[in-house]
Amino acid sequence: MSVVAHREATTGGFWSRTSLGQKQLIWAWGFLAVPLLFYVVIRFWPTFQAFYLSVTDWTITKPAEFVGLENYKRLFADPLFWQVFRNTFVYLILGTPISLMISFIVAYYLDRVRFMHTFIRALYFLPFLTTAAAMAWVWRWFYQPVPIGVINDVLAGFGIPQQPFLRSTTQALPAVLAPAVWAGLGFQIIIFLAGLRAIPVTYYEAARIDGLSEGAILRKITLPLLKPTLVFLVVFSSIGFLRIFDQVYNINTNDPGGPLNSTKPLVLMIYQTAFSSYEMGYAAAQTVVLFLILLVISLVQLRLMRDR
Amino acid sequence: MPRVRPGRIIAWTLLFIGGVIMVTPLLFMLSTSLKDASQVYDLRIIPAAPTFDNYIEILSDGRFTRWFVNSMIVAIIVTLSNVFFDSLVGYTLAKFRFRGRYIVFVAILSTLMIPTEMLVLPWYLMASQFGWLDSYWGIMFPGMMTAFGTFLMKQFFEGIPNDFLEAARIDGLNEFAIWWKIAMPLVTPALSALAIFTFLGNWTAFFWPLIVTTSAELYTLPVGLSSFAVEQSIQWEKIMTGASIATLPTLIIFLFLQRYIVRGVMLAGLKG
Amino acid sequence: MRFRHLIASVALGVATLAASGARAVEIEYWQYVFDTRVKAMNQLIAKFQEANPDIKVKQTTFPYADYQTKVAASILAGQGPDVVQLFYGWTDNFIAGKMIRPLRAEAFPAADIERDFFPIVSAMKRGNDYYGLPTAVRSLALFYNKKAFKDAGLDPNNPPKTLEELIAAAEKTTKRDGSGNITSAGMTLDMTGQDHQWWREVLIRQFGGTPYTENDTKVTYNDEAGLKALTFYTDLQKKHKVGQAGFMDEGQAAFRAGLAAMTIDGTFRLGSFGTIKSFEWGVTELPANAQGVRSNYASYFANAITTKAEGEKLAAAEKFLAYVSSPEAMNIWMEVVGELPARRTAALTPENIAHPIYGPFLKGLEYAHTTLFKDELAQRQVAIDMVNRVLIGNEEPKASLAKAAEAEQAILDRAKR
Repeated sequence: MSVVAHREATTGGFWSRTSLGQKQLIWAWGFLAVPLLFYVVIRFWPTFQAFYLSVTDWTITKPAEFVGLENYKRLFADPLFWQVFRNTFVYLILGTPISLMISFIVAYYLDRVRFMHTFIRALYFLPFLTTAAAMAWVWRWFYQPVPIGVINDVLAGFGIPQQPFLRSTTQALPAVLAPAVWAGLGFQIIIFLAGLRAIPVTYYEAARIDGLSEGAILRKITLPLLKPTLVFLVVFSSIGFLRIFDQVYNINTNDPGGPLNSTKPLVLMIYQTAFSSYEMGYAAAQTVVLFLILLVISLVQLRLMRDR
Repeated sequence: MPRVRPGRIIAWTLLFIGGVIMVTPLLFMLSTSLKDASQVYDLRIIPAAPTFDNYIEILSDGRFTRWFVNSMIVAIIVTLSNVFFDSLVGYTLAKFRFRGRYIVFVAILSTLMIPTEMLVLPWYLMASQFGWLDSYWGIMFPGMMTAFGTFLMKQFFEGIPNDFLEAARIDGLNEFAIWWKIAMPLVTPALSALAIFTFLGNWTAFFWPLIVTTSAELYTLPVGLSSFAVEQSIQWEKIMTGASIATLPTLIIFLFLQRYIVRGVMLAGLKG
Repeated sequence: MRFRHLIASVALGVATLAASGARAVEIEYWQYVFDTRVKAMNQLIAKFQEANPDIKVKQTTFPYADYQTKVAASILAGQGPDVVQLFYGWTDNFIAGKMIRPLRAEAFPAADIERDFFPIVSAMKRGNDYYGLPTAVRSLALFYNKKAFKDAGLDPNNPPKTLEELIAAAEKTTKRDGSGNITSAGMTLDMTGQDHQWWREVLIRQFGGTPYTENDTKVTYNDEAGLKALTFYTDLQKKHKVGQAGFMDEGQAAFRAGLAAMTIDGTFRLGSFGTIKSFEWGVTELPANAQGVRSNYASYFANAITTKAEGEKLAAAEKFLAYVSSPEAMNIWMEVVGELPARRTAALTPENIAHPIYGPFLKGLEYAHTTLFKDELAQRQVAIDMVNRVLIGNEEPKASLAKAAEAEQAILDRAKR
């Protein structure tokens, strides 16, 4: 049966050797039995079911009936969907580069710092351990207008006019994004630090002997060798930003995704369609679209990063 | 002796300032939780007259302790389950040779491509049909095993020399014992990384618990906090106290286990 | 033989146990979490159980935000309540989902209901059937900060009576810092609170329009009156600058912090404002227009019997519903929650009408309107967005109003199907 069994069958007594292989086989499938059942019932079956639900008109109160591509047609004709689609990508396009840029710069310099290294690293890492739902409330408070808003109070101290933040269609999305970037930095910095550590010191020494400048070392040695780390972080954080929900939901509970839907991401639209309007079939179609977006983005990124 | 260059000092100072900015929201959260309603609009970081009244009031009402316990139960059970099953599957895929191994591996790995959000509606349907809504099991069942953990553990088990396992086999240990007693202790760093990630992920999880829980008695901390904050009709000192209660446990754990946690994150990030 | 006896006696024992267990019927009651409501209901349950020792009532509560979904999901899963509290605006949803059943006419005759209750209860009627009864009703009023009035040189015992006086008082009480930012508002603007009701059922009517026709299935506010009403509202921020949407996050929070002189809110806010210690506040009827026309928005949570309740549970549920909509229950509810009795005789006592706080709310009840929402959340969102387009997006009120009318009509049409 298995490779091991075949190889060993030729060397020793036929019966006893085969039975060891078979025993191995039984052990292996025995170990896998419960997990496989789990994956089939909790992962694969629901995946197919999600596709199926997306072509039905299931609501909480009404059993599912097949409606063809009706949900998709409705979705693509809904201006709200396109707005939400745009928002979701703005979260991604702003969030990923900004957070990676900051975390790389911090990691690059932190790597060279010895004095209070652990302490400073801890300062950056702490936000990663917080609960997004809780911190959204802290940020919500920060963004208030005067007299209670911390940020506007600081701005007023510098004589800068007060900003509307969450009460603006242009500033609200970056304002909601900030806590997500903030909370993710610690993780990315740690991963970058690990990546930087993994680069052999001898490379740098050789480069310095060759008289390369710090900038050239960064460009020619550090960045290329960091590529696997970078690929991982780009894909990982992109998926995170495309699935943003906790912050958006909590930072504006009275008008989630507002004002005027300017901060609403796809996951919030799914949540509202499913659990405020009970249109489960329609929501399922939205989840399928989310799945396709994530799939395409990950594939494109992996492709781009590999080719370069 | 290398002299300290001014560039270094500037870099250090900037890094330090950046770090302080990073924890500013946490400091404000804590400081406001120690203020009473009349001091909330005084935006000083050090409260003029610190008081624990908010904590006493919130904790004495009992709900937060309940949510805290719920979160603990859920996060610990899911973590144990992941540590057990993910490593069992990872080990099997790494160390056994049998037909179908590759298919199983690819099948499990392929679930990484499927966002939870897509499964949430079928899970919800499943939970309501089986009566799992509003139960611990309902909160936990989707996360009992993860492809990420399985993949991570497989990577680490592949690094264990087969000789170790063969020797144990010759000693007459059965396969389960070989895995549990020989292989598992060799990958403890990976196990702790997996445990840290799973625990943190479940401790902070919001989306699924929000959907699946119905009664306040079964809320996890994030969901409880969110509903508590809405109910407080914007009394910031109360909300900040709730947020502190939800956030402090992980921060305190971090202070004690910083080395392991950072190493765990590095391991998971590099191999994952 | 002996063995058979044994079995028989065991079986008998089990049967008796089961029977005695069944003698106390347990029914479940659900409502959303709100401290005083839960307390009041606990008192009602205690009194009811005292009078009906054979019935046990178990109360379960959920946060308001998820309440509807949770109720729907549980009832359909065959769990859930026997008696459920629902917002009158959800009735259509609950009937369509076969979640609640009509009240039996023998137990709750329609003629009696219509004689004893305020007319807004008719929102629970479909055809000849009533689907639920409220314990209490709620209306809107203008809350004002007496200290802020005094500080601004206004008479704290003479709150604004007309919309014009409202603006004048708001202008006097608004405080700004050196850069012109509002530090204390004259009037709160919060569409996510009660302002959308004020706009819909009060302002539109006061400017000569009607928000809807045909049982609230046709939007009719996209006209001169609707425009005037919207402009009046948005001008509070844009022209008079006496308030600012989002100031202190929520209007009620601004008022409670003493940083807003006036706010429009409902009876249900009395409990929360009751804890204010730093200043004295008063309540007055919603301001009339120049011609003296007044209007108000009234709403209520009704208690209904679910389709899950059958047999003796149904009988118990009916008894319980009858009790929680009795005058005695209404008085307890008013004392604990501060909401007004839904029965006229219980509400309109001379004592209540003269009451400085209940009085204005009760007067409002007499000319109040009730919107028959199809999808309360979605319709509220339409109003929120309409105002946001003007205040944030600087859109012309006329264009924004037209968009709102169209969006709301689409919601109503979708619900009809």
